[in-house]
Amino acid sequence: MPCIAPEGTRRPGLATRARVRAASPILDGMALTRDDVLHIARLARIALSDDEVERFRAQLSGILDHFAALAAVDTDGVEPTAHPLPLANVMRDDVIEPSLPRDDVLANAPLAEDGYFRVRAVLE
Amino acid sequence: MSDLWKLTAHEAHEGLRRREFTSVELTESVLERVALVEPTINAYITLTAELALEQAREADAKLAAGTATPLTGIPVGVKDLIITKGVRTTAGSKMLENFIPPYDSHVYENLRRAGAVMIGKCNMDEFAMGSSTEHSAFGPTRNPWNPGLVPGGSSGGSAAAVAAGECLVALGSDTGGSIRQPAALCGQVGLDPTYGRVSRYGIIAFGSSLDQVGPIGRDVEDVATMLDCIGGHDPRDSTTNPEPMPDLRHYLGRDIRGIRIGVPKEYFISGMEPGVAALIEEALALFESLGAVVDREVSLPSTEHALAVYYIIAPSEASANLARYDGVKYGFSDRSAPTMWENMEQTRAKGFGNEVKRRIMLGTYALSAGYYDAYYLKAQKVRTIISREFAEAFEKYDVLVTPTSPTVAFPLGAKVDDPFAMYLNDIYTLPASVAGLPAISVPCGFSDGLPVGMQIIGNFFDEGRILQVAHAYEQASGYRNLLAPME
Repeated sequence: MPCIAPEGTRRPGLATRARVRAASPILDGMALTRDDVLHIARLARIALSDDEVERFRAQLSGILDHFAALAAVDTDGVEPTAHPLPLANVMRDDVIEPSLPRDDVLANAPLAEDGYFRVRAVLE
Repeated sequence: MSDLWKLTAHEAHEGLRRREFTSVELTESVLERVALVEPTINAYITLTAELALEQAREADAKLAAGTATPLTGIPVGVKDLIITKGVRTTAGSKMLENFIPPYDSHVYENLRRAGAVMIGKCNMDEFAMGSSTEHSAFGPTRNPWNPGLVPGGSSGGSAAAVAAGECLVALGSDTGGSIRQPAALCGQVGLDPTYGRVSRYGIIAFGSSLDQVGPIGRDVEDVATMLDCIGGHDPRDSTTNPEPMPDLRHYLGRDIRGIRIGVPKEYFISGMEPGVAALIEEALALFESLGAVVDREVSLPSTEHALAVYYIIAPSEASANLARYDGVKYGFSDRSAPTMWENMEQTRAKGFGNEVKRRIMLGTYALSAGYYDAYYLKAQKVRTIISREFAEAFEKYDVLVTPTSPTVAFPLGAKVDDPFAMYLNDIYTLPASVAGLPAISVPCGFSDGLPVGMQIIGNFFDEGRILQVAHAYEQASGYRNLLAPME
């Protein structure tokens, strides 16, 4: 999966709303809209039916409501924890190790050809 | 049919060592038990009976040659997100229904080296997301104490298999309670090691700053034996602790006089069943009678925020980890549309179940432009506060004792359509997960005929201490080897 959404998936409307939300007391329990859900689903590359859009909209809004209490926690001057252990830059010698045999890896590929994974057209 | 399946792993080891029976006989006994109860329980996604008998024969050769370990010839269950070379590994998902791994996970490598016998791959909530094992693409697992109830989750298959005699001991994985909660609901012992104690090499990733593999067994000695086998440094997982594993057996059988036990009052909340509260109080009285010093007035004020912190961070990490399921490299693939992008969207729409989609979208939202600071970064900062409160508590106490789950096992279907009600099952297990601390759940009695678990949380890499306290409790209470009656 690419990390960058292709052209046309970014919606300025949502970003503007996000800034408004972030500027006001955050996590204010504002319900997600159908467009929000479609935007998230597009970023996550999951196709949704109309029924699913509504169901996830209601469920995700409900879950986000429960997170609102976090906004009240005083985190001024608190460093974020990305990882529970005080580890940084674990180094090892740069030694070449054997990789998995290519055929073993491609054995699970839905479609492979000449030693490559094969996909359908990337450009429309 | 022989009764060998009723033995704990260490009892079976003694029998094998003394040549009272062979591993093949023991394995056949377990496989007969599986044939009898599996149609009801559904603890396994894939049974590996032929492989098990082959491994049992190898184990008998090792036993004869005098090169056996405590796990040689012992039938084990392995949660189906632990990669096993040549044996289908699904993570409970349609996405990996036909995935045959080309390599072994670190933990399975170690089990094989120790001579363990794998009975099969245990059922689980899809990608370990759930607390009831109902979110499995292969059907729910049922609780051996009452098949109308869930076994807990996500390692529900592992816990149910141990409780029903379908293996002697099993491996599960714990991200927010997925070993401890099902162990509690099935009356077994479950240990979530310190983050970094056990290598995650070859473990299908869910939340990478939280995931740990750990054992579920019928008594404390068996989970200690399993941790001894799977734990330790692995250069293939740079988060593993480079220090050598302590001798865990050294802690078993030691008294707990003078051990300082803290009981955080924030864990005794409304919504907790009275039967659970009463049993924890009984256990605390037993600790005092054994000479431990119990302080019931400990406060960890940010406990209530662990739920939100976890359900922001874990889905965020999951949304990144599960991006790899694109229908290109391995796994389910829907290629009905003409472009790659449509293929990916359809593959993920049809390959993932509802809870997985919900969490991927939740995490995607929390990480998206404009929301990152409000959700993900905020959760990471509150995570720091939760960790600090634990660190302060461990300056005064050796271990912390809490309930494992606010309730006993609940009926199938009761919470499956209400995601947040399901998330509340984890309120007592999430804080230690968020902090990366080791914690064990041990059975502490029955409420309405159903098992209740007690959680013992320890300091970083202090599994020995929680095993010592758990073992002393187990010996004094007699709550061990609780096989579900299944009659």
